[in-house]
Amino acid sequence: MRPLSSLTPGERAVVARIDIPPEQRGRLLEMGLLPGTPVELVRFAPLGDPVEIKLRNYHLSLRKLEADKIQVH
Amino acid sequence: MKPFTVVLTGNPNCGKTTLFNALTGLRGRVGNYAGVTVERKEGSLTGADARFPVTLLDLPGTYSLSPQSPDEQIARDILFQRVADVPAPDLVVVVVDASNLQRNLYFATQVIELGHPTLLTLNMVDVARDQGHEIDTDALSKALGVPVIPMVASQGEGLEPLRQFIRSQASSPGTRHVIPREFNELPEAFGREAQAIETALERHFPHRSRLAAAEALLLLSDERALPTDKTNTDGNTNGNTANTRYPSALIEQVLSARRRLEAAGVDWRSTAIEARYARLFAIEQHVTRETPPPGELLSDRIDRSVTHRIWGPLIFVTVMALMFQSIFWLAKYPMDGIEAAVDALAQWVGSSMPPGDLNDLITRGAIAGVGSVVIFLPQICLLFLFIGLLEDTGYMSRAAFLMDRLMSRVGLHGKSFIPMLSSFACAIPGIMATRTIETRQDRLATILVAPLMSCSARLPVYTVLIAACIPQRNGWPGLTLLMMYLLGIAGALGMAWIFKRTLLRGEPPMLILELPPYKRPMLGAVLRQMWDRSKLFLKRAGTVILGINILLWFLANYPRSSELQHQFDQRHAQWKQAASNPPTPAETETLKRLDQEEAGEKLRQSFAGRLGRAIEPALKPLGFDWKIGIGIVTSFAAREVFVSTLSVVYNVGGDGENTASLAEVMKSERRDDGRITYTPLTGLTLMVFYVFAMQCVSTVAVVRRETNSWKWPIFQTVYMTSLAWILAFLTYQVGTRLGF
Repeated sequence: MRPLSSLTPGERAVVARIDIPPEQRGRLLEMGLLPGTPVELVRFAPLGDPVEIKLRNYHLSLRKLEADKIQVH
Repeated sequence: MKPFTVVLTGNPNCGKTTLFNALTGLRGRVGNYAGVTVERKEGSLTGADARFPVTLLDLPGTYSLSPQSPDEQIARDILFQRVADVPAPDLVVVVVDASNLQRNLYFATQVIELGHPTLLTLNMVDVARDQGHEIDTDALSKALGVPVIPMVASQGEGLEPLRQFIRSQASSPGTRHVIPREFNELPEAFGREAQAIETALERHFPHRSRLAAAEALLLLSDERALPTDKTNTDGNTNGNTANTRYPSALIEQVLSARRRLEAAGVDWRSTAIEARYARLFAIEQHVTRETPPPGELLSDRIDRSVTHRIWGPLIFVTVMALMFQSIFWLAKYPMDGIEAAVDALAQWVGSSMPPGDLNDLITRGAIAGVGSVVIFLPQICLLFLFIGLLEDTGYMSRAAFLMDRLMSRVGLHGKSFIPMLSSFACAIPGIMATRTIETRQDRLATILVAPLMSCSARLPVYTVLIAACIPQRNGWPGLTLLMMYLLGIAGALGMAWIFKRTLLRGEPPMLILELPPYKRPMLGAVLRQMWDRSKLFLKRAGTVILGINILLWFLANYPRSSELQHQFDQRHAQWKQAASNPPTPAETETLKRLDQEEAGEKLRQSFAGRLGRAIEPALKPLGFDWKIGIGIVTSFAAREVFVSTLSVVYNVGGDGENTASLAEVMKSERRDDGRITYTPLTGLTLMVFYVFAMQCVSTVAVVRRETNSWKWPIFQTVYMTSLAWILAFLTYQVGTRLGF
């Protein structure tokens, strides 16, 4: 297992665990980012943060801070 | 007869507004929901049977029924029939983006579970097809238990079947029976608890019993759905709490259910979400036929440049530069036109009415005052036009994506960037643009600092002070102007940093930003939206400004001194006696100067003049005299009034348009002790003061509306004015010590 933010652009993985506190991650889950969801890291923003990912056929942007806490395998 | 009410709802970027515009023929009305500044879009269905009128309500885009922003909250409250002035929907039309099926169905199935008569429109089927997803609408309809209409709203495809469906529903009276459905296969323990809460809800709120199942699920799994004492009194809930005030027994029941689930190892927050997505995944597999897409999508190709490491920022800076250049240049022509028209109107009214106080009040107080707001309309229209285009094409979220890193340094959000940028033109549209920011703290922080960005109304103040005080060589004027803009930016970022660490401390905001596919903007809709937003500005700011200008007119004209009047009447009579007929140019000049002296003397004697003197002790440490004080007092309502006030104080005549002649007069102005008044240091200190001081009643009024309380606008005015005074004080004292 490794953090989502460690993927290289274009690399795919599957979400294993989300280590964001439960009371904060509600919207993230509702957006379909759940354990077992396949994700692709699309790119990092020009300043290195945030990061753009693709899941369930749409594009979503998250900060690295959060992407660090999303474990994938 | 009560019109048949159709509510349009769906995720952001699903084409809901396009559909609304198509169904209402771009004739929707835009207003606000009572007590909140969420845009309320409402219209009549075109082509509806006259006997069965249909009202369409376009709800703000929403990702789920657990709201994260005021926009989403209103959408949820309407669907839950909690908004007093919105009737229960007769039909809910959920718009779903076919190319983003799972996530759109997450919200759509939540809405279906509410038990309203529901129809699903599967929009953008063309985009989905291009991406290789062929959706079987019949199978989807069967799986969801509601009618499904495929459509391409932007091309008008599928509109007619939808219209027909709505018409047939509107004309067939009687209650429609809806089979309750659930799209969760919940673990048994969870289901049992939800059922018990549902029963309790049905008992307490029998009038909305059909919502009970969905409401029970939300109460159990969304901790924010259960009002705590804090949210019950928080202004953020916008007075819609009357219907959501749950009995304490029910609240206790929910809390103990959560505790029991926790003890049993069930995550009550995520169970329902996971169960729903599991079900949606299965539905999608069942109804979609996948073919490999023909290659990289256009939107992805565009994004490779627009968010590129080097091209991305370059494109961004170019877009922003073009936007602001055109706001200044394009707006100049209509602004000149409006100014001329306002002047002409004032002149016409002035000459067709008998002279006197009423004449003066109408021409100088009302017409000139309202004119001073209307003149910014072109800039505001253009700004909204560009913002609309950027939003509609999908670039806006890329801008937030690019800028988030910089904004996060001061604790803000990428989404705060556009409001702050907009505030360079005018803080009012900037503050209105903060509505897209989800977190209350972030939105407030952005609202609080937005007026520190140097708006266009400061430009005339800077211009005249630079002309009067700053050496006109070696590029000093331009450099000074740049410094003022930079000072404003630094102040805004610095104050945001401070607010986010003190008053508005909260969890560092999480960025969850969708990057929707690019699309061609719908120009008609963008123009319509521009006009609707601008109209709101006019209505809102215009009324306040009108009132304040009348007040200011009174302050600047009263009390009257009959002695002074007598004195000037005598001098006028003397001039008339001495003057030849017709008067020579020199004599006309003398008369003009006499008139100006009279105006200046009267201003000094007026309440405004007395106020200027009264605040002189506060201004002395800044190096300002009471004449500048008058300018500061009168420009409390609008900064640019400073310039026209100074021209009255210094007897320049005219209405301050001619800044060159005003600057000349200011240069020769001396203090009582004979020193020059407008030294470079005084000019700089004044400019620093204007960078930070609030001095804009329209902004105060808009902040009042947007925050729904007087607390924030008052706090904002106090902090900005204090900051202005302190920084001006430091500028002046340090400058004096350094020998300037």
